[in-house]
Amino acid sequence: MENILEVNNLQVSFDTYGGEVQAVRGVSFNLKKGETLAIVGESGSGKSVTTRALARLIPSPPGRIKEGEILFDGKDLAKLSDKQMQAIRGKDISTIFQDPMTSLNPTMKIGTQIMEGLIKHQKMSKSQAKERTIELLELVGLPNPSERVDQYPHQFSGGQRQRIVIAIALACNPKILIADEPTTALDVTIQAQILELMKDIQKKTDSSIIFITHDLGVVANVADRVAVMYAGKIVEIGTADEIFYNPKHPYTWGLIGSMPTLDNTEESLVAIPGSPPDMLNPPKGDAFAPRNDFALEIDREMEPPMFKVSDTHYAATWLLHEYAPHVEPPEAVKRRMKGFASTGAASNGEGDQS
Amino acid sequence: MAKYILKRIGYMLITLFIIATFSFILMKMLPGSPLTAEEKVTEAQREIILEKYGLNDPIPVQYVRYLGNLAQGDLGVSFQMKNQSVTDILMSRAPVSAELGFWALIVGTSLGMLLGLIAAIRQNSWMDYGSNIISVIGISIPSFIFAGLMQFYIGVELELLPIAFWGTPQQAIMPVIALAIFPMAISARFLRTEMIEVLGSDYIVTAKAKGVSKFAIIFKHGLRNALIPLITVMGPMAVSLMTGTLVIEKIFSIPGIGEQFVNSVTTNDFSIIMGTTLFFAFLFIVIILIIDILYGIIDPRIRLAGGKD
Repeated sequence: MENILEVNNLQVSFDTYGGEVQAVRGVSFNLKKGETLAIVGESGSGKSVTTRALARLIPSPPGRIKEGEILFDGKDLAKLSDKQMQAIRGKDISTIFQDPMTSLNPTMKIGTQIMEGLIKHQKMSKSQAKERTIELLELVGLPNPSERVDQYPHQFSGGQRQRIVIAIALACNPKILIADEPTTALDVTIQAQILELMKDIQKKTDSSIIFITHDLGVVANVADRVAVMYAGKIVEIGTADEIFYNPKHPYTWGLIGSMPTLDNTEESLVAIPGSPPDMLNPPKGDAFAPRNDFALEIDREMEPPMFKVSDTHYAATWLLHEYAPHVEPPEAVKRRMKGFASTGAASNGEGDQS
Repeated sequence: MAKYILKRIGYMLITLFIIATFSFILMKMLPGSPLTAEEKVTEAQREIILEKYGLNDPIPVQYVRYLGNLAQGDLGVSFQMKNQSVTDILMSRAPVSAELGFWALIVGTSLGMLLGLIAAIRQNSWMDYGSNIISVIGISIPSFIFAGLMQFYIGVELELLPIAFWGTPQQAIMPVIALAIFPMAISARFLRTEMIEVLGSDYIVTAKAKGVSKFAIIFKHGLRNALIPLITVMGPMAVSLMTGTLVIEKIFSIPGIGEQFVNSVTTNDFSIIMGTTLFFAFLFIVIILIIDILYGIIDPRIRLAGGKD
């Protein structure tokens, strides 16, 4: 399948009083047409910053794209002017944000907020835009759309607002939809509904989705491919099956080990010891080494390159080097992996979220 | 909505009643009478006049009589102004004060909003610091200082503008500017803070992500949300303008209520003092009501009729 987006060595920094915070330190990946790529990682791993940089939504100052290319549609988005970017945002690349309670303008009718993009990008008249808005609200499953377009955000519940936010993002049939933890602020039943809705919409519109989350359960449910981020870098990337059945990076093991499941209740959750590094002074060598039970001597000296596991699966850990000792994932993680295999949790679409 | 406004008018009447009572008691505690300053009046004449106006009656009787007249809209008669009724005096002078205050408020808040907006958009630039300095000066230096300085430099030295009286637009410029500086400073500070906060909020990022232009983000999405808190301070600001006019009218010899009020205090002309106090109180309450209604227009979340959720 053709690549719709190609990111090469993206580096994003924030200039603060304390110095330069290197939030993203050389991220490369591609996105294929119609696929869902999940980016997972704990808070501060740079996943949100990466995707905001794609849409050039990093506030500047203090943020800036230090280096790298974002190739989309024959253009390098990293080098476009603000004006050129305005024509792409909302039209080709849309974003769904995390918190529906704050991401809608409280003093503007929701219909107007959806119509804004349509009028700007598709040059629709007001009445056309309103018609399309009602269609969109129907598509995202909001009841009584023709009545509710004229209401304000506070008249909707959290789940309904997230549907509206999705409708805004979908308005101009974007080629790429960036979903920045779209279900984190919602309660679990609503989460499942929103995920279903997004899958449904993807089938209908054939857009590509970048799905940011720290919830591996959600990943298993929606993703075709998964990128695991740590300290501003992608440490492992592969298809969902590869990441869940055959993870290679110790950090991915840690994430899988710390994932709660319903079937084994006796076992206590495995936590990754320590906390993420300070990005003001990123450590020398592998940033994960201080927290890694399997760290090698070399991890403290040199950063590991991306080792190839298969055509689609890469991981940045020295454990994959031919001279490295053979290391098996911890027992708890192995049991999880077996659990995935038996329930088919990672086979996209079929598995239940819990 | 109609029910709400009726309720508010009820509260207004109660507030006015309380203010009337308190100022009446305070006035009666002042030593002397309106006739104390009159030297040509003999003791016997004074007694006759006091008797005629009921000023020798016990204070509770005077109070009830005053309230009774007040209820009929009769504010009494001035003791100094050749038997003119207080209502007539207020009616002839109020429009002048209102005009002065209105222009000061309009000029002040619109300049202030402009300053605040520029400061917020160009945060931490020389424009921001400049607007900040202007605001601090405007807040900390009282209006009569500006009035005096302008009278001296612009009026006397440069002879550009007339230094006193009221009637022509030229005469209005200096008093309006003097009065406008305070509301300008306040609204600049408020709008800057609010605008910076609003521009950092999530829905602004949503708007950016939609591809909305910078201009539309600031004016369509930002300004309206940033105005809500500014409206809250507009009420007290309008009132401080009223008290500001007391001094400014005196300095520029403008025949408004303020000037009359100051003169009446020095001559103990209590019916005028009472009338003016009540008039100011009434204005204040009405302004607050208007602001509450404005809130609803700008912010749908506090619209009174409420949603039909």
